[in-house]
Amino acid sequence: MTANEVALSYLAASVLFILSLRGLSHPLSARRGNLFGMVGMAIAILTTFAITRRIDLAIGAILVGAVIGVIVSRRVQMTQMPELVAAMHSLVGLAAVLIAFAVVNDPGAFNIDFPIPSFNRLELFIGTFIGAITFSGSIIAFGKLAGLGKYSRLFSSAPVVFLGQHYLNLLLALFMIGNGLLFFTATPEGQWPPFITMTGTAFVLGILTIIPIGGADMPVVISMLNSYSGWAAAGIGFSLNNSMLIIAGSLVGSSGAILSYIMCRAMNRPFFSVILGGFGGADGTVAGGTEQKAVKSGSAEDVAFLLSNADSVIIVPGYGLAVGRAQHATKEMADKLMKKGIKVRYAIHPVAGRMPGHMNVLLAEAEVPYDQVFEMEDINAEFGDTDIAFVLGANDVVNPLAEQPGSPIYGMPILEAHRARTVIVNKRSMAAGYAGVDNPLFYMDKTMMVFGDAKKVIEEIVKALE
Amino acid sequence: MTGAIDHTVVNLTVFVLAVFVGYHVVWNVTPALHTPLMSVTNAISSVILVGAILAAGSGTGDTAALLGTMAVALAAVNTFGGFLVSQRMLEMFKKKEKKD
Repeated sequence: MTANEVALSYLAASVLFILSLRGLSHPLSARRGNLFGMVGMAIAILTTFAITRRIDLAIGAILVGAVIGVIVSRRVQMTQMPELVAAMHSLVGLAAVLIAFAVVNDPGAFNIDFPIPSFNRLELFIGTFIGAITFSGSIIAFGKLAGLGKYSRLFSSAPVVFLGQHYLNLLLALFMIGNGLLFFTATPEGQWPPFITMTGTAFVLGILTIIPIGGADMPVVISMLNSYSGWAAAGIGFSLNNSMLIIAGSLVGSSGAILSYIMCRAMNRPFFSVILGGFGGADGTVAGGTEQKAVKSGSAEDVAFLLSNADSVIIVPGYGLAVGRAQHATKEMADKLMKKGIKVRYAIHPVAGRMPGHMNVLLAEAEVPYDQVFEMEDINAEFGDTDIAFVLGANDVVNPLAEQPGSPIYGMPILEAHRARTVIVNKRSMAAGYAGVDNPLFYMDKTMMVFGDAKKVIEEIVKALE
Repeated sequence: MTGAIDHTVVNLTVFVLAVFVGYHVVWNVTPALHTPLMSVTNAISSVILVGAILAAGSGTGDTAALLGTMAVALAAVNTFGGFLVSQRMLEMFKKKEKKD
């Protein structure tokens, strides 16, 4: 293949990647979009094979990766998607670091001059440190999401904070950049020590920047790491002068950045406050003096009775639904209600769950039709006209304190469940939500609490509905 | 004005334009599909595979080949895992069927 032919096939692949993201604008076009992505990737790989001298090693490695990828993609549960995505980000990050090392080791193999021109070094430096931070940061995020906190405090879903943390991070960041500058100016013989030190520091920095961020801020973290993995790919594209890598990397990078922005907006918190971490009570205790207030609690039978006498129900799922894997039971309950002629809809808050769109995927898995599932801004006006808002394992996203100036979560957009005629809340206990703020919704006269694991409670409700 | 345009400048041009394209395309993604968006972008970022294949097949040094081969395997997990798990998720997003 001539260089021009290669560039043109890479262009075709890039266009297909853009089309694949475009497809995601609607569930109906999304599968075709995914297919575009696969074709684009196939073109990219085959073209690269055509210009590589030796492809046996690469083919072997692809087969190994493919087997693992296929098995994982089949076995993973939908509730585990956040962990899976975090794990995959770490792989991209590590791959970027390995490629950068290969480039420094043997620039000629990539048609880069020797000694490596200074611009390429700058790009290598950027691609490598972003890759390294993506790798170690994603491993920490994976551990937090997979609940590995019991094995190591690093993976604790509560924020891990210590004195002078931010100064230490700043110092490390400066040290890393310093080594990057040394690499930038180093002779070919002296380039390894600063390059290796720089990469090592970036690994440590990745760990330290993610540990202070608590569990419920994970939607932001995972989006941010998604973005980093894209920038790492783009950085490698710069070093290799490969437009396709730059385009694909930038698409992913901007996608992750937009998702982080959307998540922060949905929590009404500035990006840097989330990233600096330390938010939320470590043990979920309620901040401030809470006098013992009375809640009304009921049994599953009571809930079934209330539900069957309603005309309209809005279900508000939260992280509790994911933890309890209650999506199928919920769908069964909704079906029973709809058979009785009751209108059932679902209301999704953007940060419900542990990653963007988490609840939508769980409901889709349970075969809830997507036209019964509504985004916050589309359904908020409907709560006032609804008989029952059934909150399933959600807390902060339905906390009416968000409408009260002076409260810690003031200004956060919420699902207005409190406007429904009756509110039913399923929770495991009375512990405060992630924000550490008590929720007045639970103490309202029209609210009934039903305690217990989401799946168990809903299965009991289903039984009682028969 | 003389001389050829530096590679880095061309790269920068492509980069800036691609960020704009990404920005506009991603804002159009429906929030319901944000999780598949992450897994699809994950799969797309594994296009870094291309760099890894070059490293694995350079044939000039054992170290580069070893690093490259490892990178190929890592990225390939993402390529296959990412697209297939997206496929699995997207299959689940269905409309209400007429029979009920």
